[in-house]
Amino acid sequence: MTNTQNPLVELRNIEIAFGGIKAVDDVSVDLYPGEVVGLLGHNGAGKSTLIKCLSGAYKKDAGEVLINGKSVEINNPRDARSYNIETIYQTLALADNLDAASNLFLGREIVTKSGMLDEAKMEAETRKIMARLNPNFRKFNEPVSALSGGQRQSVAIARAVYFNAKILIMDEPTAALGPHETQMVAELIQELKKQGLGIFLIDHDVHAVKQLCDRAAVMKNGQLVGVVKVDEVTEDDLLAMIILGRKPEHLAA
Amino acid sequence: MTDTSNKPTGSASKTGPIARFLRATEIDTRLLGMVGALLAIWIGFHMYGVIFNDFGAFLTPRNLWNLSVQMCSIGIMATGMVLVIITRNIDLSVGSLVGVTGMIMGILQVEILPQYLGLGNPTIWIITAVVGILCGAIIGAFHGWLIAYRGIPAFIVTLGGLMIWRGAAFLSNNGKTISPVDATFQLLGGGPYGTVGATGSWIVGGLACAGIIWLIYAGRRNRIEHDFPLRPMWAELFVGGLGCAIVVGAVLLVNSYPWPKGIVNQWAAKNGVEVPAEGLFISHGFAIPVIILMVVGILMTILMTRTRFGRYVFAIGGNPEAAALAGINVRWMTLRIFALMGALAGLSAVVASARLNSATNALGLLDELYVIAAAVIGGTSLAGGVGTIYGAILGALVMQSLQTGMVLIGFDTAVQQIVVGSVLVVAVYLDNLYRSRSK
Repeated sequence: MTNTQNPLVELRNIEIAFGGIKAVDDVSVDLYPGEVVGLLGHNGAGKSTLIKCLSGAYKKDAGEVLINGKSVEINNPRDARSYNIETIYQTLALADNLDAASNLFLGREIVTKSGMLDEAKMEAETRKIMARLNPNFRKFNEPVSALSGGQRQSVAIARAVYFNAKILIMDEPTAALGPHETQMVAELIQELKKQGLGIFLIDHDVHAVKQLCDRAAVMKNGQLVGVVKVDEVTEDDLLAMIILGRKPEHLAA
Repeated sequence: MTDTSNKPTGSASKTGPIARFLRATEIDTRLLGMVGALLAIWIGFHMYGVIFNDFGAFLTPRNLWNLSVQMCSIGIMATGMVLVIITRNIDLSVGSLVGVTGMIMGILQVEILPQYLGLGNPTIWIITAVVGILCGAIIGAFHGWLIAYRGIPAFIVTLGGLMIWRGAAFLSNNGKTISPVDATFQLLGGGPYGTVGATGSWIVGGLACAGIIWLIYAGRRNRIEHDFPLRPMWAELFVGGLGCAIVVGAVLLVNSYPWPKGIVNQWAAKNGVEVPAEGLFISHGFAIPVIILMVVGILMTILMTRTRFGRYVFAIGGNPEAAALAGINVRWMTLRIFALMGALAGLSAVVASARLNSATNALGLLDELYVIAAAVIGGTSLAGGVGTIYGAILGALVMQSLQTGMVLIGFDTAVQQIVVGSVLVVAVYLDNLYRSRSK
């Protein structure tokens, strides 16, 4: 359906090794605008490692990253942000001692003409975006350590959404959430999809991936088992790919 | 969603008048606790003197003025140690840095510069101070480089620095003391001539009051502009009035401490002034090192609360991984923080060697412990991420008050050490209690 467009992201033959062990071994995945691609696999399958070379947290040893068809070098998180790649980490990556606005703008603070932090402007902007994402949010002047899991998650999401991300990476965004909040994240993903963002969704939960994603890429022991359209496979097929590392027979041909 | 965060407005009616007062004025209760502790120490020492020695020596203009000068060296460094500790590091080398930069400055201004510029040249003190601060910054940056880019723990690097730079201070002049220092340089350490006088103190006080009023006005205007809740008018007036009253009180205090007779006569003879029979009343006013500490305190507070640099210091302390993922160059920040700490140690050496009118290789001995203690008593958390500049300066004042007070009432050094050590441990324990309650 989306194959008529050019891919937003192409990861080609990515390799990363830690101390001689290949954490990611020759993996290629692509992502189109308005598409959600799920990354599935066991712990240690290499999915987080793969995605971290897109978000700038790790440097790849070999391979190529293309954004909008152009080869790019991503050496650190700042580079990734400059290509409108935003990441919501599993750990949320919040500085617990700072308030919501400070976390939202961390590394990209709004400053006044004299170069000083414009706290009031940043808080006002934070109030605006939080009103959209989590209307009940009130704790603007407290450190995020005082927030609940769901509130912290909404701060992390606000940070990714506020800066007009084109490519969004979500690393197990619902792992720490209750059912209500999980539903909220699902709705948000649908809305962002409509806006034309490409989303990489890393998850353990085959059920969630079936629901939220268009395609699923399954990894095992650092290698890509295969990329499938979720509509063409059953949950059991996906599980077989994860556990046995085998592509479903009706697609294998 | 299960959000209970909008409840405080509802529960405010249940809290007592003091809690409501504190909320309205937005006064930091921790700060209040520290000021309370400080006053208790002051009054305690004074009353001890009144009861057992028939004379309360502590709460006199003379003692408080001396106290303000003696705390400067530690206070200046404590503002930098806050940044180091917030980012989960430690700097044990600051005392030795004071020693080695003090020796460098001593040699420079006494043995080298006079040869080229002539003795008493008015630029000597400037060149000396700048070189001293720069040397401190360079050594600090080197420590920071070893820590950030070579992965050696800060504890080890600066423990090594503690020994290395103390040794270097000794070798620089074969252990000999350099004295006296340049006459103008000496003024930076205080003493009767190293003050700004009565009029100067009123000018400083006036500027401080204007600054307080402007801060309150600008804060209120900013809140109105963004529709944030305002402080009640009476609270604004109270905070402003209290701030100005403290400033005016400090000016009155330092102006009520006159020059001793000998200095007055010396000065009168030099300037051809007739001294009347009842003597001349010439006020000290603020000592120059106190002004230096105030300026450092204000600049460091601006740095920590109003700039990206300060924001990143807190972010690194709160969560180093998150800071790195947000695109902050944590290594480069670490190097710069240690360089800043080194520069402040250099500045501290300026004040300390000027006050002693000499450079010795023992200058700043054990200062690292007092500096760390001042920062920690001032509420800087060794777990990282938390700390304030004003807290560290107050911490330095608490430490110095304890020491001065015990000297005044005649405790010997061994008892002083036991008391200061105990206070440090108890202060951190109380702070832990306070934090776990306020959560």
